[in-house]
Amino acid sequence: MDTTELERIARQIRLRDLQAVFEAGAGHIGGEMSVIDILTALYFRVLNVWPDQPKHPDRDRFVLSKGHTACALYVTLAKRGFIPEEEISTFLQPHSRLNGHPNCNKVPGVETNTGPLGHGLPVAVGMAKAAKLSGAGYHTYVVTGDGEMQEGSNWEAIMAAAQFKLDNLTLIIDHNRFQQGAALAETNDLAPLRPKLEAFGWEVTEIDGNNMGEIVPALERRGSGPHCIVAHTNKGHGISFMQDRVEWHHKVPSKEQYEIALAELSEAL
Amino acid sequence: MNAPVNPPKLHDCRDAFASTLEQLAAENEMIVAVCNDSVGSSKLGGFKAKFGERLVNVGIAEQNMVGVGAGLANGGRLPFVCGAAPFLTGRSLEQIKADISYSNANVKLVGISSGMAYGELGPTHHSIEDFAWTRVLPNLPVIAPCDRIETAAAVAWAATYSGPCFLRLSRVGVPDLLPEGHRFELGKANLLRQGSDVTLIANGTLTHRIVKAAEILAERGIDARVLNLATVRPIDEEAIIAAARETGAIVTAEEHSIFGGLGSAVAEVVVDNAPVPMKRLGVPGVYAPTGSAEFLLDEYGMSPSAIADAAQALIKRK
Repeated sequence: MDTTELERIARQIRLRDLQAVFEAGAGHIGGEMSVIDILTALYFRVLNVWPDQPKHPDRDRFVLSKGHTACALYVTLAKRGFIPEEEISTFLQPHSRLNGHPNCNKVPGVETNTGPLGHGLPVAVGMAKAAKLSGAGYHTYVVTGDGEMQEGSNWEAIMAAAQFKLDNLTLIIDHNRFQQGAALAETNDLAPLRPKLEAFGWEVTEIDGNNMGEIVPALERRGSGPHCIVAHTNKGHGISFMQDRVEWHHKVPSKEQYEIALAELSEAL
Repeated sequence: MNAPVNPPKLHDCRDAFASTLEQLAAENEMIVAVCNDSVGSSKLGGFKAKFGERLVNVGIAEQNMVGVGAGLANGGRLPFVCGAAPFLTGRSLEQIKADISYSNANVKLVGISSGMAYGELGPTHHSIEDFAWTRVLPNLPVIAPCDRIETAAAVAWAATYSGPCFLRLSRVGVPDLLPEGHRFELGKANLLRQGSDVTLIANGTLTHRIVKAAEILAERGIDARVLNLATVRPIDEEAIIAAARETGAIVTAEEHSIFGGLGSAVAEVVVDNAPVPMKRLGVPGVYAPTGSAEFLLDEYGMSPSAIADAAQALIKRK
């Protein structure tokens, strides 16, 4: 699938995500908008996956460590054929399998339960190590938030991945510069991320994480060790009044705001 | 002059764990061992020598260790994740919850040196909260074998069980108790001694002490039932209810805090089904002083004679 087509799909996913969050009255829309381009590139270009065989042993593994942006993953999985598209309307409804955080035993395509931060990367290291042990050819991708990188467990995993020489592991840090309550710069500023990862023995690519032309080649890059993509993104990307505003971490648009956002995203279609 | 008495041979259950794991690994190439710089204390030296590629040492990083275990299981491996029980459970409890129990990952958690095994090293190294922390988690059997035979049986069982579990092992030597060839059955108590006046229930190293306590009680004319209850979750409700109804009093003893452990688990069954007087012996909600495991268990009222005394006193409340 080419870049233009991927961009079109990403806009459709943004639109459906906005609708789902508005209708459910909850969600993490800012971080969803920042990560959707990456999810789109993964599921519609990069990942070897078979929606009709979600547990196929040769499938590439993807872990959404920033599990609070589950809605964006559900919309992507639905669009890719893992779950019915109409099921998105059940997001957060009683007994829906579409929890506020992804569940691997309920939702086909989800590899491990996430939600508490700092869990996805260690599990992804285990997935990549399993492939090394058996000579399996699958690749493991994990997306973390940048605020999430404040969790120490991630740095334990970063050390292990380098030690294990996991050239079949790609970490994408969704670097939108905001966490729940504040800008990273005001809490525990990890930036610049690149030299830190490099010091731990990782290969690093820095990209505009909302630019499909940069996302795809970075995801397809293969090197001699674990690879980190520092994806510079915008929280609330695509919706003018949300961009780079900390309050849109989990705020729900009013009716009026929803209409504006809908128009902006629709126009982009 | 008394005839010379040869003390029974003591076995470190870690050896039974390690040798069983090596046997299983020879038959099943999916088995991997994961550890946190604990090759020696987890007795994985032999495993490393035979299956070096399949030993994943993550260094001193327990949260990562548990997550890596979940990922290995996702990739089709059968990981045994080994580490000192206080750190394996406490330090990575949320990983055990989210990545193992909630995800239902096929990972076998092996807590080494549990209870007061590190007695002299102080409360940071005492693992007397691990039953409480783990037994509230769905999908996660919690098992504390009492001797080398039950340890080997539980490890063999774990390798065939499709799902996670937590094996709680000591490093303090214990004599054989169960018969050779014993097969582990999840959630089933072993009746070690029939009795009608009171029931003594324990697991791990304490099972040996309640067996001796029952012998002391017999000398006093008291007929004590003895249950080895290796599986704390799922618990053998049937055996506990029968014990309550048929003996009318229950004493539990454990190398754990009295809050949230084996005694609490038994009490939950008793109070819901057949309320009878109970006495829960364990560490009474304090940080223990320094001392060997044996010393500390005696200190907290779990010498065989003290357990017998507690049972005798309890019978008066029936």
